[in-house]
Amino acid sequence: MEAGTNNAQTTGSNGPSLTREQFLQAYQDMVLIRRFEEKAGQLYGMGLIGGFCHLYIGQEAVVVGIQMALKDGDKIITSYRDHGQMLAAGMTARGVMAELTGRATGYSHGKGGSMHMFSREKNFYGGHGIVGAQVALGIGLAFANKYRGTDEVSIAYFGDGAANQGQVYESFNLAALHKLPCIFVIENNLYGMGTSIERASASHELWRNGEPWGVPGRRVDGMDIAAVHEAAEEAVAHCRAGKGPYLLEMMTYRYRGHSMSDPAKYRKREEVDAVRKTRDPIEHVKQILLDSGVDEASLRSIENDVKAVVNDSAEFAQTSPEPDPAELYTDVLLEA
Amino acid sequence: MAIEVLMPALSPTMTEGTLARWLKKEGDTISSGDVLAEIETDKATMEVEAVDEGILGKVLVAEGAQGVAVNTPIAILVAEGEDVPDAVAPAQSDVAKNISHSETTAETSSAKDVRPSPLVTGVSSEPEKEWGETSEITVREALNQAMAAELRRDPDVFLIGEEVAQYQGAYKISQGLLAEFGENRVIDMPITEHGFTGMAVGAALTGLKPIVEFMTMNFSMQAIDHIINSAAKTLYMSGGQMGCPIVFRGPNGAAARVGAQHSQCYGSWYAHVPGLKVIAPWSAADAKGLLRAAIRDPNPVIFLENEILYGRKFECPTDEDFILPIGKAKIERSGTDVTIVSFSIMVGTALQAAEQLAEQGIQAEVINLRTLRPLDTATIVESVKKTSRLVTVEEGWPYAGIGAEVAMQVIEHAFDWLDAPPVRIAGEDVPMPFAANLEKLALPQPQHIVDAVKALV
Repeated sequence: MEAGTNNAQTTGSNGPSLTREQFLQAYQDMVLIRRFEEKAGQLYGMGLIGGFCHLYIGQEAVVVGIQMALKDGDKIITSYRDHGQMLAAGMTARGVMAELTGRATGYSHGKGGSMHMFSREKNFYGGHGIVGAQVALGIGLAFANKYRGTDEVSIAYFGDGAANQGQVYESFNLAALHKLPCIFVIENNLYGMGTSIERASASHELWRNGEPWGVPGRRVDGMDIAAVHEAAEEAVAHCRAGKGPYLLEMMTYRYRGHSMSDPAKYRKREEVDAVRKTRDPIEHVKQILLDSGVDEASLRSIENDVKAVVNDSAEFAQTSPEPDPAELYTDVLLEA
Repeated sequence: MAIEVLMPALSPTMTEGTLARWLKKEGDTISSGDVLAEIETDKATMEVEAVDEGILGKVLVAEGAQGVAVNTPIAILVAEGEDVPDAVAPAQSDVAKNISHSETTAETSSAKDVRPSPLVTGVSSEPEKEWGETSEITVREALNQAMAAELRRDPDVFLIGEEVAQYQGAYKISQGLLAEFGENRVIDMPITEHGFTGMAVGAALTGLKPIVEFMTMNFSMQAIDHIINSAAKTLYMSGGQMGCPIVFRGPNGAAARVGAQHSQCYGSWYAHVPGLKVIAPWSAADAKGLLRAAIRDPNPVIFLENEILYGRKFECPTDEDFILPIGKAKIERSGTDVTIVSFSIMVGTALQAAEQLAEQGIQAEVINLRTLRPLDTATIVESVKKTSRLVTVEEGWPYAGIGAEVAMQVIEHAFDWLDAPPVRIAGEDVPMPFAANLEKLALPQPQHIVDAVKALV
């Protein structure tokens, strides 16, 4: 299996395509995530980011394509590979980078770190470090939507590595049983840490994993922004109509290691290079834009703007103070 | 302008590594994101990506070099047409200076000055409110009335769990609630504690106020990850943005003849966790007043009931607004000779022992903790300062139990008042046996308390 494998179930971009303006916005959003993550990797290497740091490079089309199908009030939850989701949800590069570096100006005042950021304002519910936990929490977000009688949906992202956790199946059952408006998005980047999907899962068709509970599923080329967007639109429409949960398996690929500390011995450099050269989601959009008559200079201008945002976020993070020592004791409990 | 590419660290503890290979050579055009080189340690491999654009002007550290210190310049990027500058001494970069600066800050700003005293958790100075008229009700009725009152009061409150709706509750605590509040607010769950607890916690993060009934607290073990990692820690991890107003309740501790997997006390387990409140009521008034407070509390609360107490009757205030404060112990019996600290069903055992002791001329003061976290240390300490002796009684295991914590608090705050070493009475340090005689031997009996007190005074 490879990223965006062409098989019978994989949907390419044959649905309603995006407008040029949408492609331009997607390009900007995806480049932002990539440049941000490269900068995060650099700051990690300099010792400015500590602990765990899981980069999203290679998977940008997934979150950007899904975000384009959402509206205000829709809720998002994901795993520890969360920087891309946060930027796509509209959280600021400054706030995220400052959290990565453990500063007072970060989204969690430096108390969460790379894996634990949240934004009530942007309906981003974390940022969870226990593999699979965000799936059960995610149906809870959908439960709240239904309880309150809104038509809002919830997106629960998880990786192929989490797809075999028991609570994921408990969640499929509960979501189907109670017709919860939850879109399960499996970001299948082919490796759960260093273990390939072939070695971890008896079933390689993760999009079918909800079948016993009647959860409709689709496998999507997660390197193709238009395909992701089209599938997301269908899933969102299904959920908003009160028909219950939906499962999307996004075939994608991470270029970097599982985390910053990765032996890189479980896959060949040629495999990574081949995806980068032939399947890169950003190059894909770039080519579409160039073919549609957008000139190089416009793209370069977007890239420069993004670079300025990212550099500013790094500067902001490095010059922000660490949390006040008194913060150690705050936010443990709320006043009753 | 020439830019130095520095040797990165794979982790904050890495000080040096091997420059395994160069993937770009001098003269190559570099775009940001290009992989320049690979570095290795004994544990991991990492790619060095370009963050800036330019031309690889000079490679400063050759492929295969070992022991390359972190932050050593390994290459120079130059702009097109620019020469490589002569002075490329591996001087400490601004970034490296920044790092050492930030480390210094962390070390010098000690948090010790702001550490709160463990004593501030108690609120014992205020006298308990007088609620007037009482009537006799069972603990079961008290819990049922508390949930019904709060479900009426706040539409964001709902109850989920196994058999809570149509079956009317495995122990009939939720009897009648489905009929009054409907299936959207009293919701049966399949037997999937891990999943439905996660679901409830997720709903609570949005501001809803779930009551999660575990058929017994033993089954909360299936869901303990969500209780601790998802519910208790999210407020802190989110910098105060996302509270989790949720109650986890169910029967806790030994029932009767149900064996090891269904008979254990989770008091000490959950009381260990910052971000949780833990309540263990004894009487019907405790149960009603504290469950209402738990449901209104904006934090995750563990509410440990006791199956054997469900059918017991106690006087309970009839006032519609009756509620009790979390974190306040109750002196159930005043005495001058010894302080007996207990909670849940063992409060009754302690009171029986106190009766027997009184017949022998020993006046025991019996404290019902009611809340295990935050602990009402002040009430305990005040009592021990009067009696100079402490006996703790709990049904759970002794090792690292609630008694150990109570004794430690007394040692910290009233050591000079003690006339004897504290004594703890607890369940035996074994899994609960099934046989009737062995089960009785495994649990604290009034006589154990009487014997312990007599050895002290």
